[in-house]
Amino acid sequence: MCLCLCCVVFIFLILIFYMKMMMGSSFPEEVLEHVFSFIERDRDRNAISTVCQSWYEIERWSRRRVFVGNCYAVSPVILIKRFPDVRCLELKGKPHFADFNLVPEGWGAYVDPWIEAASKAYPGLEEIRLKRMVISDDTLKLISKSFKNFKVLVLSSCEGFSTKGLAAIAADCRNLRELDLRESEVEDLNQSSGHWLSRFPDNYTSLVSLNIACLNSEVSFTALECLVGRCPNLRTLRLNRAVPFDRLAILLRRAPQLVELGTGEASDLRPDVFSPPDVFSNLLGAFSGCKELKSLSGFWDVAPGYLPVVYPICPRLTSLNLSYAATIQSSDLIKLASQCQNLQKLWVLDYIEDLGLEELAASCKDLRELRVFPSEPFGAEPNVLLTEQGLVSVSEGCPKLHSVLYFCRQMSNEALRTIARNRPNMTRFRLCIIEPRTPDYLTLEPLDVGFGAIVEHCKDLRRLSLSGLLTDRVFKYIGTYGKKLEMLSVAFAGDSDLGLHHVLSGCENLRKLEIRDCPFGDKALLANAAKLETMRSLWMSSCSVSFGACKLLGQKMPMLNVEVIDERGPPDSRPESCPVEKLYIYRTVSGPRFDMPGFVWTKDKDSALGLS
Amino acid sequence: MEKEGLGLEITELRLGLPGGSAPILVDKNEKKRVFSDISGDHDNSSTDWKLTQTKNQTVGWPPVCSYRRKNNFQEKDRLETSKMYVKVSMDGAPFLRKVDLSMHKGYSDLAVALEKLFDCFGIGESLKDAENSEQVPIYEDKDGDWMLMGDVPWEMFIESCKRLRIMKRSEAKGFGLQPKDSDHKGNSKDVAK
Repeated sequence: MCLCLCCVVFIFLILIFYMKMMMGSSFPEEVLEHVFSFIERDRDRNAISTVCQSWYEIERWSRRRVFVGNCYAVSPVILIKRFPDVRCLELKGKPHFADFNLVPEGWGAYVDPWIEAASKAYPGLEEIRLKRMVISDDTLKLISKSFKNFKVLVLSSCEGFSTKGLAAIAADCRNLRELDLRESEVEDLNQSSGHWLSRFPDNYTSLVSLNIACLNSEVSFTALECLVGRCPNLRTLRLNRAVPFDRLAILLRRAPQLVELGTGEASDLRPDVFSPPDVFSNLLGAFSGCKELKSLSGFWDVAPGYLPVVYPICPRLTSLNLSYAATIQSSDLIKLASQCQNLQKLWVLDYIEDLGLEELAASCKDLRELRVFPSEPFGAEPNVLLTEQGLVSVSEGCPKLHSVLYFCRQMSNEALRTIARNRPNMTRFRLCIIEPRTPDYLTLEPLDVGFGAIVEHCKDLRRLSLSGLLTDRVFKYIGTYGKKLEMLSVAFAGDSDLGLHHVLSGCENLRKLEIRDCPFGDKALLANAAKLETMRSLWMSSCSVSFGACKLLGQKMPMLNVEVIDERGPPDSRPESCPVEKLYIYRTVSGPRFDMPGFVWTKDKDSALGLS
Repeated sequence: MEKEGLGLEITELRLGLPGGSAPILVDKNEKKRVFSDISGDHDNSSTDWKLTQTKNQTVGWPPVCSYRRKNNFQEKDRLETSKMYVKVSMDGAPFLRKVDLSMHKGYSDLAVALEKLFDCFGIGESLKDAENSEQVPIYEDKDGDWMLMGDVPWEMFIESCKRLRIMKRSEAKGFGLQPKDSDHKGNSKDVAK
């Protein structure tokens, strides 16, 4: 495994260093560079760059892959200065809570300046991966023109562009392998030059992965069919809702080598009403021909009668995403899931119910990741029979389960304790009890002890999301036991600053903390100011942090950007003790940003002098 | 429950002047204000939201990401969140109008809106007193039949209504609507196509 290889390489490096110290001579740079090429993880590369000046130089010239977790933590200029020859760039922009509309429109995360700079500095750039960023059509055009060997474009939860930009990518990126628009918002602009998919040249055959599931617009089926047919290396194809289910057979027959498939919409198909029987058998035949298919998603509005077309491939499936399949109810879900004995990842709606999860626990022994989403998140009454019991069943029956996202309406400390004891190998545990501040439904007590058990038993827990009725006590447990915790999400919890203090002072590996609607204020924040420099970011909204504290923090900690996000107007039009709406604090080496909208304040923006 | 002295004597930073004056604490009432709108009014819930099927929602809660919200709703929820524009014609008016049924809570609300649109009155009257009113509001349902507005529950109405027409009483005579005091039995609500 690569871990072993890394160890070997490290030992080799230590030997080289020792020899260098002892013999006073150094290895030729080429040797070191070759050795460094086996070190891939950022952390390891950062480590070897600190050994000595020459290693720093060799490492920075040979670093090809850069990941920037917060686009405002560093600037393009600084990046390019240190790493002159980057081939793969990954950037993340808005804070996670932007997914839930908590970050106002126009906050920032514009990628355009990065691509501008890269277009001049990195002509050999091959891969761009963005998450929660704003990218314009002009920038997409710039990408298509600047990087001759461009291969991979992944836009995850991005916005600001349209099909016009996609047309530019299709037309000019001759070496494109991957175009993945996962969950982005794309404007549909009807192009006179035809559908953007038809802009891929006729002699373009290098597509390996295409994910257009998020597109609301129509898709030219002919263009799609041609494209799929002429790209022999196509492994991943995630279609959007505009591609009818019955035409899927055509695509599958053109690309039987597919490994990952996302179906389109099937709402017009009703096998019992009017569609000809050969549509069903056609699809069945097409699916049976896909011997490599391991991952399935999509299924918007599929009539349950059509589900059996995928039965032939179920035993080979390792990943199944039914979380958009609102028309498939419990019994059909059970029938489907129980045939997928090799399933490792399942995303599903709560229609699966406790019974379905029990069945899953019995059939899918290799399950590693489970996400259960709410079918009616805004209804006040439960619409399905999904309770804590379903999660308990899966935790009992699936020994490899380590990543959970679970929406439900009731929970108990007892259940959480059971889950914790069953699955000490849990690494990601995100529980959302839909009604805020819901207590243990059996004892009416807070869920402190239950979550406490989770952090205590699951020693490798890296990510945790809390919900339900929680006091400061749960944070004491988290601070005490959550030593490997890297990301924590908190909502409607805690009693006082003590809660926040426990987390900030106890969780040594904490990188991201996001909090909403909790009674945390100035004290804990100011007392743990230094901690904030060891983290990527802290988000606090609807809490009790005063503007005065924000100003002080910003002044005392120059390596932090303390952003006050307040749509009520300038914070100094209110008393300093007034709590701010939202607060986003992150460490940075590039100083204040210059693209802040009107509702964001930092110490540098505020012309009035703060406290001493 | 007050927590006196958080034991943060190793405080690195304090608000206020050096020399030990107390830090400026946020007033408890202000804290309450911050939370008042999210503790929501669970009590006045009952009938109100059951009818409209939406609840006083906290922004961004439950934490279902916006992409999933837009793409994942059942028919019912889609009805709640999407617009339902239908054409409305009024006898004598040169132009048709469009009205968004999802924006209205019930028949009387819709009647008021229609009256505003066509600058007339009497539609509301017709709902209370079908036989004698000047205007007769009818709608075309999913099956293509023209129905008198007001018979079925509102939710059922908005699901099946495809277009609206405000007929004059004089026109309605041809459709078989009889005044109250006639001998004609039953079927005063019979509307031929």
